Amino acid sequence: MSTTTELRKDTGTPDSAEETLLELCSMHVFYGAIEALKGIDLTVRKGEIVALLGGNGAGKTTTLRTISGMLQPRQGEVRYRGERIDGIKSHELVQFGIGHVPEGRRVFAAMTVRDNLEMGAYRFSSVDPADMDRVFTLFPRLAERRSQLAGTLSGGEQQMLAIGRALMGEPELLLLDEPSMGLAPLIVQQIFEIIEEINKQGTTVLLVEQNATQALGLANRGYVLETGSVAMSGPAAELLSDPRIREAYLGEGAA
Amino acid sequence: MSTVDTSQNLTPSAAAKLRRTAWYRTERYTRLWAMIALGLLLALVTGEQGNTRDIFYSITHTLTGVNLWVCLGATVGVWALREFAATPIKGAVSAARGSAAAAAGGPVGSLRARFQADKRLRLGAYAVLLVLVLVVPSGLERSWQTVLVDQIAIFALLAIGLNVVIGWAGLLDLGFFAFFAVGAYSTAFWTGRLPVEPPVVLNNFWVIPVAVLTCLVCGVLLGAPTLRLRGDYLAIVTLGFHEIIYLVAKNADGITGGPQGARLIPDFSIDFAGIEYTWSIKPLPYWYLLVFFIVLVIILFSRLEHSRVGRAWTAIREDEIAAAANGVNTVQFKLMAFAIGASTSGVAGVIFTSKYGYINPEVFPLLQSILILAYVIFGGMGSIPGVLIGTAILVWLPEALKDWVDPSDRYMYLGALLVVMMIYRPQGVWPSRRRQRELKLAEEGSGDADATSEPAGGKN
Repeated sequence: MSTTTELRKDTGTPDSAEETLLELCSMHVFYGAIEALKGIDLTVRKGEIVALLGGNGAGKTTTLRTISGMLQPRQGEVRYRGERIDGIKSHELVQFGIGHVPEGRRVFAAMTVRDNLEMGAYRFSSVDPADMDRVFTLFPRLAERRSQLAGTLSGGEQQMLAIGRALMGEPELLLLDEPSMGLAPLIVQQIFEIIEEINKQGTTVLLVEQNATQALGLANRGYVLETGSVAMSGPAAELLSDPRIREAYLGEGAA
Repeated sequence: MSTVDTSQNLTPSAAAKLRRTAWYRTERYTRLWAMIALGLLLALVTGEQGNTRDIFYSITHTLTGVNLWVCLGATVGVWALREFAATPIKGAVSAARGSAAAAAGGPVGSLRARFQADKRLRLGAYAVLLVLVLVVPSGLERSWQTVLVDQIAIFALLAIGLNVVIGWAGLLDLGFFAFFAVGAYSTAFWTGRLPVEPPVVLNNFWVIPVAVLTCLVCGVLLGAPTLRLRGDYLAIVTLGFHEIIYLVAKNADGITGGPQGARLIPDFSIDFAGIEYTWSIKPLPYWYLLVFFIVLVIILFSRLEHSRVGRAWTAIREDEIAAAANGVNTVQFKLMAFAIGASTSGVAGVIFTSKYGYINPEVFPLLQSILILAYVIFGGMGSIPGVLIGTAILVWLPEALKDWVDPSDRYMYLGALLVVMMIYRPQGVWPSRRRQRELKLAEEGSGDADATSEPAGGKN
């Protein structure tokens, strides 16, 4: 708990009094003998967008996978609304309202867009048409292509579908793993706008990104990972103006 | 300077060379070479038998005899028909259909749509089919009745079960016939025909639920440790499972009766509420019994396919990680597919054993596991009518060939048919829509034709 207060201190934002939704306490994760995460502390509060940044191999995806139950921490805790959730399998976490958009989109290629979305509502006994409408309003492109096979969609549309599918499970916390991966800047822009919209509608978002500028432009707060530990954290605007960040992630060091 | 010049001169022609595909390497002719190779192989296998005096006897006689030309003619004929006549034939058929529909005054291709929309029509068609299935066999010769019951119907039950495992959940099981053996030995045990005494001797009808339960448990026991594996690895482990069951049946003399197996296994009989009946060696009564179970299993399984369970299986088949991310308990559903698939083998095992009256380990060779897989793939993975048709054709073919060709060559013809089928119709005789889509996506380069594999970068 002490870590939380510490983090709250360093963020210093006025909404720091809000409810903590997700909390990682000195989390260590190993791949065999390799220590991928060396004690990560991270907090996500209700209603926030938190960006998790870092270069390749920094441990961003590992962190997200550990939260979503695909990996287990060897030490430390993952807490969700104050309850420990590490060790709970990914499919059960969905029941807690944690939606996960995995890295690389992973849509069901041979299913139609509509079937994919229905699959997203698997945790409910029946599909809520309101959810479907909401997804189609957020992503009009998907509405146009609802009977098309997901495998024939473009990369951006597949990303939209992957996000839409996760929304069908009515998540309280949405984990997004590199939604901008391999997409054109214009599409990335669109997707980020939609993420903002999803957040405004009340879903808390934890966003893993390589694209630091865009992600920090969107997020309330950010964490920067370096070789398995948190190198920096704070309000997005501060990080964005931090010279070290600009140097390391925005490619302005040489200039 | 000169080196740069030559490279500049060379590049366009080299590129042109790479761009051009020789005619014999185009897809159409690649298929022709495959078909010629198949024809040659067919001629060699089905041709003259060799002898010890002249080691080249078989080859020379095959290559000079008429059989070679018959085989080559058949395979190349199929190729020519498929490559050059397919479009005109399809055009003619659709034109004929169009004119027929115009004559009837209805829109083109409305039969299928009407069939899908009208529930009563569908039920009526099913009823007619069922009546045909019940009535037609009584007009068949006795030997064909036996084939129908002992092989087609039994294997149909098995294939429907395997279809759940491979067609729906996408788990490649090469040892499926082992569950049939489990069902068969359960029957021998519970009717008191094994060296070990059962606690109570059961009527065959009561053995069915017990055998189904045993197969479910075996499915879970096999599945629990192995389902972390996928694709090829799972296939090899299931192969091993078949061998284990086979070898245990053969070597555990004190329990399974060893190579002698079990004999004098009683027939099905009813003695209930004044009705007394014993199924005997006659095939027809067993046919009705099997049809009952097949229809029951089909109804149950097709309901399952369209339920949440079926959707979970589809999701797992397509992408396990995405399925888990959407809240599907992948381990549980894979186990369930294994167990449910195995359960039909239990039923089949009991009926087969009762009908035959004896079993020994040689009834359950590995070949049978492979054959059932072939039936499922030939008919169309994931589609129940496809699987039934596939079983019927592939079981019927060797029997029908019996009178025409050397019996030892029969499976070569079966193999040739499978090869041709995989070249020209990989989705099977009556494919499921999903399998068709998968193959189509794979052809367009945006999917994975492999029914059982995972996209790259699987779960850690």
